[in-house]
Amino acid sequence: MDFKTSIRIAFSGLKSKKTRTFLTMLGIIIGVASVIIIISVGAGAQSLILNQVRGFGTDLIAIFPGASEEKGPPPSVFGTVNTSLKNEDIDALLDERNAPHVLAVTYYVQGTGTMAWRNNQLDGTFVATTASYVDVHERRVAIGRFFNEDEEKNMARVAVLGHNVKKELFEELDPLGQTIKIKKQQFKVIGIMPELGVQGFQNQDNLVLIPITTGQKLLLGIDHVSLARVKIDSNENVDRAIEDIGAILRDRHNLRAGEFDDFSIRAQTQSMEIFSSITNSLTYFLAAIAAISLLVGGIGIMNIMLINITERTREIGLCKAIGAKNKNILNQFLFETIALTLSGGILGVFVGVFFSWLVSFVARYMGFDWDFIISILAIGLSCSIAILVGLVFGIYPAYKASKLNPIEALQYE
Amino acid sequence: MAEKPLIKLINICKEYANEEVVTKVLFDINLELQKGEFVAIMGPSGSGKSTLMHIMGFLEKPTSGEYYYKGKKISDLTEDELAGIRNQEVGFIFQAFNLLQRTSVYDNVRLPLVYSDKNIGDEAVEKAIKSVGLYHRKDNLSNQLSGGEKQRVAIARSLVNQPEIIFADEPTGNLDSKSGKQIMEILQSLNEEGKTIVLVTHEKYTAEHARRIIKIIDGKIVDDFKVKHQLLAKNENDLTK
Repeated sequence: MDFKTSIRIAFSGLKSKKTRTFLTMLGIIIGVASVIIIISVGAGAQSLILNQVRGFGTDLIAIFPGASEEKGPPPSVFGTVNTSLKNEDIDALLDERNAPHVLAVTYYVQGTGTMAWRNNQLDGTFVATTASYVDVHERRVAIGRFFNEDEEKNMARVAVLGHNVKKELFEELDPLGQTIKIKKQQFKVIGIMPELGVQGFQNQDNLVLIPITTGQKLLLGIDHVSLARVKIDSNENVDRAIEDIGAILRDRHNLRAGEFDDFSIRAQTQSMEIFSSITNSLTYFLAAIAAISLLVGGIGIMNIMLINITERTREIGLCKAIGAKNKNILNQFLFETIALTLSGGILGVFVGVFFSWLVSFVARYMGFDWDFIISILAIGLSCSIAILVGLVFGIYPAYKASKLNPIEALQYE
Repeated sequence: MAEKPLIKLINICKEYANEEVVTKVLFDINLELQKGEFVAIMGPSGSGKSTLMHIMGFLEKPTSGEYYYKGKKISDLTEDELAGIRNQEVGFIFQAFNLLQRTSVYDNVRLPLVYSDKNIGDEAVEKAIKSVGLYHRKDNLSNQLSGGEKQRVAIARSLVNQPEIIFADEPTGNLDSKSGKQIMEILQSLNEEGKTIVLVTHEKYTAEHARRIIKIIDGKIVDDFKVKHQLLAKNENDLTK
């Protein structure tokens, strides 16, 4: 019996019972589709996170107060307040002799409070930062201006509004020159930021930017910074710059040899690696769980094939009577199982790709920077597993069929 | 020198055994069949006539005794070798037709070629369908046919591999008398063309369409004789018309 005939007989066997064939395939369709969707959504989520981190620029180095493991998250992630970093520490990094690769620095503290203009008010977040903020993040105000160094040093009560804050408080009115209240303190609006969306896991449009000293002393009553960012001249100099920054900070904090750092330095590229490894492990873990459904689908297929063989016992008897050898019957039923799982696999790929696209479409519609990524590896792997499932779970029913006695099979009722 | 018999059975015995009981079905069957014969094996239910046909048709092996086909001893062949002989040398017609459901007449008739090593083209399928007068229904599905037509498809299927011998197990058992006569007419005309036919039946009337009758009771041949006045289905059918 030639290969083409085997395939033709296998498919005509499946076609004769369409509903049952479809229901049997469903297990494989769902299994393959789940693997593809999970891997695709995982890759999409990873791209979203990486785009967020990249949005801040890969030539940036972040400095957090408090010590941490090199590969672990900084302590502030766990909500610990650490006061080891001061404004002067970060300003000192601009020393060209000790840190030649540092181009600019900025630092921040952040707080929440009620912001109000006339009768409009909202509970929002203010970020107190330096005048160099716009240079480090390469941002420009959309209307008006950003605060300057004088205002930063002199605790000026000026504010630059995020796009949404402006809309909430002023609607269509011009806010420049108006006075708003942040935590009951009066601030003059001098600029509006453009629409920036979510960056660094924070919607930049919901923030109000004020000078660092004003935020620290007037609104929060502190003298430390919670985060600093350093812009360096080139990506290649990241390691060198981290060393320089570490040396300067250790020197300023009078740390002796053997004493641990009381700060943590992270390059953006490092954060990207950490995020990638976390999302990858999550994705593969979930894909492995989804692959279990392929196994369950395989058991369903074996069950149906056994029923199939019982129903077609007379047919098998006839085929043997007219000269089918054991291997012909074995091949026929094995082909049928593989045709079933392979068709299920191919349908599963289409379903999986469609839903992955739908997820990315909805995510993009909701404003996330989500890439539609379909992994060829995922498609190949899940289809191979589907065929393997067909082989493994098809071999027993096929073997059983091939061993039927032709006379008993012909007389079966 | 006399021609070698097509089939020669020497002391063939068949018994079925399970854990509790051994059932003997055939006892010391000695039989010779020549090429071109039309033999009816006749006997009541349970007499062993079908078992004898299964052994002669390579579907079962005897428990003891020797079976020679065209002078070649075949009792020692493997299952796959027997399958090969079934495919090349014999055609089967069963009482229950045994056609593939929801499959066209054409594909049903073609089925033996799927397992054949012979280089037989699809024109043989058309020829076989024509020979049973069903060419106009070749694309119909098997479940759209009447009982008589189904049995004619089964005959066409048994012919497609150009076999030496045709075994028909109660071929008219499930048919009305008119369809039954049509089937017998086809079998007789095949025999006229030189095919060897072995017909298994429990009806004397059907058996009398053969040239030779072998009576079997309780697993033993009790009579073996030439039919003096062979009934000719063609004449009967002409009368009906």
